[in-house]
Amino acid sequence: MTAYHRPTTLQDALAIRAGADVAVLAGGTDIFPARTARAAWGDPTHKDVLDLSAIPGLRDIDETAAGWRIGCLATWSSLMRAKLPPIFDGLKAAAREVGGMQVQNRGTLVGNLVTASPAGDGIPNLLALNATVEVASPRGLRVLPVAVFLTGYRATALAADELATALHVPRLENAQGGFRKLGARHYLVISIAMAAGVIATDAAGRVAEARIALGACSAVAQRLPLLEAALRGVERAKAAQLVQPHHLAGLSPIDDIRATAAYRRDAALVLLRDLLEARG
Amino acid sequence: MIDIAFTLNGAPCTVSAPPFAPLSDTLRERLGLTGTKEGCNAGDCGACTVLVDGAQACACLIPSAQAQGAQIHTVEATQGAVGAVLARLRAAFLVHGAAQCGICSPGMLMAAVDLLLRDPTPDRAAVRDALGGVLCRCTGYAKILDAVLDAAPQAIAPPRAGEAVGASIARLDGVAKLDGTDRFGADEAPVDALWLRVVRSPHASARFSLGDLEAARHALGLEAILTAADVPGVNAFGIMPNLKDQPVLADGLVRFRGEAVLGLVGTREAVAAVRDAALPITWHPLPALHGTAAASAEDAPQLHAHAPGNLLIEGGLNRGTPARDVANAEGRFTTAFVEHAYIEPEAGYAQPAPDGIGMEIFACTQAPYMDREETARVLGVAEDAVRIRPSACGGGFGGKLDVSVQPLLAVAARKLNRPVRIVYSRAESMASTTKRHPARITARMAADAEGRFTSYEFDADFNTGAYASWGATVANRVPVHAGGPYRIANLRNRARAIYTNDTPAGAFRGFGVPQAAIATESLVDDLAEQLGLDRWEIRRRNAIGRGDTTHSGQVLHASAGLPECLDALKPAWDAMLAQVAAHNAGLPRVRLGAGIACMWYGCGNTSMSNPSRMKLTLARDGTLTLFNGAVDIGQGSTTVMAQICADALGLPLRQFRFVLGDTSRTYDAGKTSASRQTFVSGRAAMETGLALRRRILALANAGEDAVLALEGTQLRVGDARVIDLAALAEDLEAEGRYDPATTALDENGQGTPYATYGFAAQIALVSVDTALGVTKVRRIVAAQDVGRAVNPTLVLGQIHGGIAQGLGLALMEEFIPGRTENLHDYLIPTAGDVPEIDVHLIEDPEPEGPYGAKGVGEPALVPTAPAILSAIRHATGITMRQVPVLPHRLWEQMQ
Repeated sequence: MTAYHRPTTLQDALAIRAGADVAVLAGGTDIFPARTARAAWGDPTHKDVLDLSAIPGLRDIDETAAGWRIGCLATWSSLMRAKLPPIFDGLKAAAREVGGMQVQNRGTLVGNLVTASPAGDGIPNLLALNATVEVASPRGLRVLPVAVFLTGYRATALAADELATALHVPRLENAQGGFRKLGARHYLVISIAMAAGVIATDAAGRVAEARIALGACSAVAQRLPLLEAALRGVERAKAAQLVQPHHLAGLSPIDDIRATAAYRRDAALVLLRDLLEARG
Repeated sequence: MIDIAFTLNGAPCTVSAPPFAPLSDTLRERLGLTGTKEGCNAGDCGACTVLVDGAQACACLIPSAQAQGAQIHTVEATQGAVGAVLARLRAAFLVHGAAQCGICSPGMLMAAVDLLLRDPTPDRAAVRDALGGVLCRCTGYAKILDAVLDAAPQAIAPPRAGEAVGASIARLDGVAKLDGTDRFGADEAPVDALWLRVVRSPHASARFSLGDLEAARHALGLEAILTAADVPGVNAFGIMPNLKDQPVLADGLVRFRGEAVLGLVGTREAVAAVRDAALPITWHPLPALHGTAAASAEDAPQLHAHAPGNLLIEGGLNRGTPARDVANAEGRFTTAFVEHAYIEPEAGYAQPAPDGIGMEIFACTQAPYMDREETARVLGVAEDAVRIRPSACGGGFGGKLDVSVQPLLAVAARKLNRPVRIVYSRAESMASTTKRHPARITARMAADAEGRFTSYEFDADFNTGAYASWGATVANRVPVHAGGPYRIANLRNRARAIYTNDTPAGAFRGFGVPQAAIATESLVDDLAEQLGLDRWEIRRRNAIGRGDTTHSGQVLHASAGLPECLDALKPAWDAMLAQVAAHNAGLPRVRLGAGIACMWYGCGNTSMSNPSRMKLTLARDGTLTLFNGAVDIGQGSTTVMAQICADALGLPLRQFRFVLGDTSRTYDAGKTSASRQTFVSGRAAMETGLALRRRILALANAGEDAVLALEGTQLRVGDARVIDLAALAEDLEAEGRYDPATTALDENGQGTPYATYGFAAQIALVSVDTALGVTKVRRIVAAQDVGRAVNPTLVLGQIHGGIAQGLGLALMEEFIPGRTENLHDYLIPTAGDVPEIDVHLIEDPEPEGPYGAKGVGEPALVPTAPAILSAIRHATGITMRQVPVLPHRLWEQMQ
């Protein structure tokens, strides 16, 4: 029988997490489908559950000295409603394209990250935002960059006694975020590929900093350092023309039911150009 | 179990439930609020949408524990702001025909409430966004969007006597579909029912042996573990009268992934807790034959003793001698398995009679009488010992013609001598029930210099999967229709159904004809291109019409309105071509394209008797009751039969009561399939009304045109006569029957396979992002000859829904066993994918049909996919011969 814990303090939650192998539940939008899929083919068992939803103070999206803090129970919908600068436009665009409104109202950004699916719509955006993950355990707090936090296909750096409690997004002046998602239908669709970016421009209209990431084209969404380097200092209006196939070095798209690897590789270039063409 | 306290529809509520149980389950099974539907338990379909603190959410994704302290609203809400908005929406859904089967309606309504409470005057795009998370398989969404946008719905006045046919009245079963009270297969069961869970094969081909089941039963706390040995009668079912090739429970050998192996019976908790791995099953996997090429190979193992070469059946049609001509086209085409994706997974219960013989089954179905026959054989009892009581049917589209839960439930209930219920999971429904046949087609077509079609050849292998189901239909319906609705003198058509180790293929809206139309319409475009003819023009020149002879040698004496359909589309076609030319002139990345396709479809079963029979009583207490055995699966037959019968009798529709689809109380009105209910059962309903009218007129000795009026027990006949029904010795009763006249097809496929045909043409406007290969359908204009639109709103609903399914067939739907057994990997169109649809109803009356009507449901789907393919070709120059046209497939062709 699955035990179900719904503590009301983070301290209790961390104690439960440290004491047992539990599935951590926030919005539930990943845990229930996975449970349904297993049960359908004869495995109704489930780990004990640690439900974080009754812990106060984890839902907020706040501005901090260094930028913004997104609590681990903040939903896609609350992000969409939050008053945030243009650097968040990509993440907000992703929020509008996750599932349908039902999922947006319950699913959390941190949950999307911790599930660590290659097709997680939030992840390339978090990479482009240079977001870090606040991780708590009875041993204390630590902060990891998203790229370090994600260690592989559906795998993270979370230790057995740790919980991801928040995301931190650093401030970047004159920065604009963007997102392009490619799927085979309009709503409720898992991405074939996606591109996210944050671009800061200087007074002369040149790219001061470019952070570009692709999702669903490798086991873990990845930043594109070669493209980012190529973009630095160029005229913002000409950025889209710079995208080249060799910028995708390090990606390893796969053939699956949604698309072929060759298509993903080519579509990724198109999405990148479209992303850079858009001016926010 | 924990106690959970929250506010439910405005009132305080405390429920004891497992904290991790989905809220949808707690609402349904512990609080009895079955208005919230479960279609997938994975957040993929939105049928379970409720409001949590005012925001829409899938109740299947919410642990019940999270309801603590929340405000929850469900479709059952009547009070407060939510109740008020729901009341308005229900009225609008009724007026607009926005509910068909009704299984998605609660979710749609709650998603719409969420929107309207935030934004009382949304635009269409906002409505799409709000409803984007709820899937509907019936309506094509347009009527739902219309309803949500209708701020002040005006109720439709009930038609007067004699004016029901042709009136767009609200569906008679609509109210219950919108207030959550309609009872679908999972919504009702005796309180003492045990639960059945089926253990299914994870292998596509395997032998298996069973260990100590009694020990397992005891250890797992089950009431029974059913095996093939527990089937009291014949352990076999199937559609073909002479070939019952599918076991209820496999007997040592499985032929597809998802085949039923064991039945676990016990409490819900006990059956749900069993791990399949804990059961004493030893698997010996065998090589599996996937696809017809593998199954047709020289060295392929034979899957059934009766089918050498794994060939189930082959059929053909020969007429004249095909030859090459001035223009010649040829192509090879491939289509995929397509899943019906009705939002209601199969469910129901069986109630055994105390005599150890009788059995009553309440379940979703399209074919109660066939279910009765199959269940009786499996139980080894007489057919009349079995009563089938159809539940509301949450979508069928052909997939609920075959039995699914019925024989399993019957075996379990007989063994335990207790009521037993079952609800299929979405994955189980998708893995174990029938699909549209994948086809591999080679076709050739020739035309003379004037663009007249002169020859056609068709050769196709259809994958019927592991069991026959409706596979035999491949041999007759497909060759008869393959050449398309055109005058062609020389044809040679061949179609084979081939057994494989894939999921069984069965009936799905259009049965084989959509696959054939994809091939044929593509060749028509080839011929037009070779001859420099406009694609509309070449179809108009060849369109079959009144007085023409079909490919099977049948003369179309009446109701053949394809030329009129094409003429109706001509202005829109010209405008579409002009729009495309103007848009594409600058060679933009996103190109437009216009496409066109035609279709024909024989109404009723092919060359088979398929009668319907109905009964109408006017009781001495003045109640007027139509006993209608036609199952309404959302298409509206309950309403249509009533409209027809009311006008035939001459009394107003509002005075009718109904007894519907219950094998113990209604006559057999055949299956809800083959676009036959309006035509065949509708004619029976008309005959029934006329028969009662004749009795009344004879009783009153009145003339044929006497006007009837019923007030209480006083039946006024004409101006002068009044019959006091209460004074009669018995109730007045009449019956009507109709069986369309057909003949058997000879060895060349010649004969009269159908009494009438539906005809349609559609044009499609698409945009294609040529960089990404993404196709978006912008607009569809349809013209369909329906004979007579008995209820135009319902007819439009069928056409919209058919188009949505055709769009899915063309662009996104591909069932792959073991890979796409859920509704996030198997994609069907959402509210954001179905375009604006305009419909021209052509009414070329069918003399055999009731008031000129004929079938509507399947014809709407057939032309959509080929019209979209034609438009993609127009936009890109690429002829796609494989569906679905997923972005990467189109992109590959463009490289």
